[in-house]
Amino acid sequence: MSEKKQIRIATRNSGFIDPENIDSYIAAGGYLALAKCIEEMTPTQVIDEMKASGLRGRGGAGFPTGVKWGFAAGYKSDTKYVVCNADEGDPGAFMDRAILEGDPHSVLEAMAIGAYAIGGNKGTIYIRAEYPLAIKRLKIAIEQAEEKGVLGKGIFGSDFNFDLDIKYGAGAFVCGEETALINSMEGMRGEPYTKPPFPAESGYWSKPTIVNNVETLAAIPAIIVKGANWFNKIGSETTKGTKVFALAGKINNVGLIEVPMGITLREVIMDVGGGVAKGKEFKAVQTGGPSGGALTYKDLDVKIDYESLAACQSIMGSGGMIVMDEDDCMVAVSKFFLDFTMDETCGKCTPCRIGSKRIYETLDKITMGQGTMDDIENLKLLAVAIKDTALCGLGQTMPNPVLSTMRVFEDEYKAHVIDKKCPAGVCSSLLEFVVVDEKCVGCTLCAKICPVDCISGKVKEVHVIDQAACIKCGACLDKCKFDAIIKR
Amino acid sequence: MSMMNITIDGKTTQVPAGSMILDAAKQLDITIPTLCFLNLDVMKYNNMAASCRVCVVEVEGRRNLAPACATPVMDGMVVKTNTMRVLLARRTVLELLLSNHPKDCLVCAKSGECDLQELAENFGIRDISYPGVMSTFRKDISPSIIREMDKCVMCRRCETMCNEVQTCGVLSGVNRGFDAVVAPAFEMNLEDSACTNCGQCTQVCPVGALVEHDHTWKVIQALVDPELVTVVQTAPAVRSAIGEAFGMEPGQSFTGKMAASLRMLGFDHVFDTDFAADLTIMEEGSEFLDRLQKFLDGDKNVKLPIMTSCCPGWVKFFEHQFPELLEIPSTAKSPQQMFGAIAKSYYAELLGIPREKMVVVSVMPCLAKKYEASRPEFAVNGNPDVDIVISSRELGHLLKQMNIDLSKLPDEDFDNPLGFSTGAAPIFGNSGGVMEAALRTAYEVATGETLPSVEFEAVRTLTGVKTAEIQVGPHTLNVGVASGLGNARELLEMVKSGEKQFHVIEIMACPGGCIGGGGQPYHHGDMEILKKRNQVLYNEDAGKPQRKSHENPYIVELYEKYLGKPLSEKAHKLLHTHYFEREKM
Repeated sequence: MSEKKQIRIATRNSGFIDPENIDSYIAAGGYLALAKCIEEMTPTQVIDEMKASGLRGRGGAGFPTGVKWGFAAGYKSDTKYVVCNADEGDPGAFMDRAILEGDPHSVLEAMAIGAYAIGGNKGTIYIRAEYPLAIKRLKIAIEQAEEKGVLGKGIFGSDFNFDLDIKYGAGAFVCGEETALINSMEGMRGEPYTKPPFPAESGYWSKPTIVNNVETLAAIPAIIVKGANWFNKIGSETTKGTKVFALAGKINNVGLIEVPMGITLREVIMDVGGGVAKGKEFKAVQTGGPSGGALTYKDLDVKIDYESLAACQSIMGSGGMIVMDEDDCMVAVSKFFLDFTMDETCGKCTPCRIGSKRIYETLDKITMGQGTMDDIENLKLLAVAIKDTALCGLGQTMPNPVLSTMRVFEDEYKAHVIDKKCPAGVCSSLLEFVVVDEKCVGCTLCAKICPVDCISGKVKEVHVIDQAACIKCGACLDKCKFDAIIKR
Repeated sequence: MSMMNITIDGKTTQVPAGSMILDAAKQLDITIPTLCFLNLDVMKYNNMAASCRVCVVEVEGRRNLAPACATPVMDGMVVKTNTMRVLLARRTVLELLLSNHPKDCLVCAKSGECDLQELAENFGIRDISYPGVMSTFRKDISPSIIREMDKCVMCRRCETMCNEVQTCGVLSGVNRGFDAVVAPAFEMNLEDSACTNCGQCTQVCPVGALVEHDHTWKVIQALVDPELVTVVQTAPAVRSAIGEAFGMEPGQSFTGKMAASLRMLGFDHVFDTDFAADLTIMEEGSEFLDRLQKFLDGDKNVKLPIMTSCCPGWVKFFEHQFPELLEIPSTAKSPQQMFGAIAKSYYAELLGIPREKMVVVSVMPCLAKKYEASRPEFAVNGNPDVDIVISSRELGHLLKQMNIDLSKLPDEDFDNPLGFSTGAAPIFGNSGGVMEAALRTAYEVATGETLPSVEFEAVRTLTGVKTAEIQVGPHTLNVGVASGLGNARELLEMVKSGEKQFHVIEIMACPGGCIGGGGQPYHHGDMEILKKRNQVLYNEDAGKPQRKSHENPYIVELYEKYLGKPLSEKAHKLLHTHYFEREKM
């Protein structure tokens, strides 16, 4: 991967230190930030520093971290909680796991800083149970931090106490939403509730609570040590610092990258990612995971920050980035993501519970060649109404794949509906496998491989595929040595 | 309290901080449609799931629409409730709900009373833009309640009732996505859960997902069988509400018309559970005085408080939730079961017929009574003391089916002997009524003096938990009254911890007592109706010549001719029962 365009802040230690040894973290400057906060800064100064840094929540919504902390600090309570959201659920995304596995102490340290800033003394890491190595390393880290006295009672000889525990998520995507996460932590059904009150006022056990994502937290010690003015010089106008992305899909360099905000999609995909795999044509990139949107060649020069992505009907999300090429059908892609959100919606509110099902069904109908123009119109209306009425972020962003693909690829939808064709050649119901008479030599291989015996023809004569019986498995096309079978 | 300024549709008002947009709209006479939202102040019930999204409105400066029911008013807020954006959103939400809702309104138990039906009508929805697959949940039939979750709209009203008001914890959201539904744990049958059958869930369900297990057809089958002698009993609270099923104003006594209607239906003997209420006081009151005397004499085997056992929802509740207290409730059967036992012994003998030829039908404000009648200990050789139980709502349907318009009937009396009652009986339908009735008799039996005033105001309010000190002769009795099972739990925890020593406790499962029973005509969230029904029963008491159970001449006769005296061996056999420990979940 090209290192030139990358700046590592959240992942600064990953791969460089021994994550199971606190001394290794300390040697890399670890816990200096916490010491600085406790010994040299008042809680208000810490919050002001966070505000000045411009750091925004990396979980997806991009709420300014310092402002969130400031709210929680403003409420009086005997107990306040700091919660680390490590319920990373986007398919293909693993930024948080990499940080927790490679640098668990940075998260612990940041949580202690957060607690100091808001006047709290208890913290919980809500982590998905499917991350056993991260859990193991967090447990080791907590134990070692307690031994060293950077967690627990009287940290750095002050009267500041901070205790941490770990809670496991049971694999529900929606529990990444902070109020659903809080419900789940309390042993309730993992479903969101209406805000306000925001967790900063009334969260875990109805106490002021800040919920911060792993990547957000990981950046904080660096900001405290190097200063807000160092951090806020990196990034774009509205969005400071860096972002970790998980590059996936049809791209040469797959994996995690950390780039400054404000970098263009083109730079990320073409330079850092090494361009589209197999020399194919770039078609779109899905940012923000299943509830994000597809950005196209038109958007390649869009700067990556919260506002610019939102303007393209997508979201930053937690950092999934799936690259698609000319062989991807955008209707099928939308359907794929809706299939995910349809299963993962908690089912609490009407638009998300029933709306996601209806969007999926309509997309399915279109990919089967049974769609109508009314379906396309209804899809748009439904998607807009769901965004407008759904209770939580999951529902409000769930129609994004549809709306964003329709924005640029409406013709592709129409091709499915009017011409009954899938231009990318993906939707099998709309495909025909046919023999090109001129190329067929009558070798009979295709007839032999066909699982439903729908290819007929004598040796050394042109073969014919019975379209009514064909199940469109593509076996004949793969088998033919003469390129005599095409799909269209 | 600080006040917030808010402008809705151009009209401005002030509301206290903490008010929701919906409250402010109400104040401005602006109607915002709702579905999941429900606030029942007297029960401390507030369902703010904000899950249906029907009440969404536009709030200036907010990205998406806000649910009016659960969005607090901020100072200077500007709201629009009827823009095209709002209407489209509401319509879409409704169409989505209807796209997954059976359209069998014609045969739905909630037809005409359904909030979703009303919304669909108001929005003039004629077809659904987003058809698709529909939920297919198993129909769950308990002795009292039928769950048809295909109709569930996930409003969570039942869940709030079951968990927060009744603290039974039976109903909660299960599954994810399109399969999400409200159900008992592991989607077990309601019958196998800790459900008390109180039926409050059916009172708040906006649709036909939770309804009573209807037994009206069984009644018709019994009535038309010439071989059978049909006996009907009606619980006190039914007469305070049955007219509502015929569009009559709540707050009137429907006793006489109800008796007439039952006679028109063709019942051979139109009797009254009120008679058995007087009988209950004789047994329960005597048991109390007996236990109190032994307790005061220092008998360590005797435990106080004694708790009433009239309410089958409450009985099942303590069997599940407080099995360690099984010895405390009175062993007296409920009035319904006392009536059945006496009807099928004493009265059948008077008529000279075997008990198998008699059918006892109960009309109850209650759904738990259906379950109670089905408990195996309330049968003799498989023949139940009470054969069929229908709720107030079902009586309404039965009468309409038989072309009887209650409002047009004259007032008639019940038949004797099992139809006569004192003023102590009708108040059984109000929370605190059993306590008051018991105190009237216990006082006079214990002291041998006449009560100066029969009305015990301290236990007459609609408050969930009531406590009072009552002087009976030399003794000061601590009495506790709770209605609603959450309030009952509160009182029982006090007993368990020893925080407070009570002598007598009355508990009714339904908030307000039987007048607010799960089988009553739907209150649709109007708690004024409960207050009116409550008053009807007190008026009925005040209008009676005798107001103490022991003054009921037919009760006196029953003891003289048949039972001997209260707590006699025969009385024990016929009128007392025992309880069973049940699983918490």
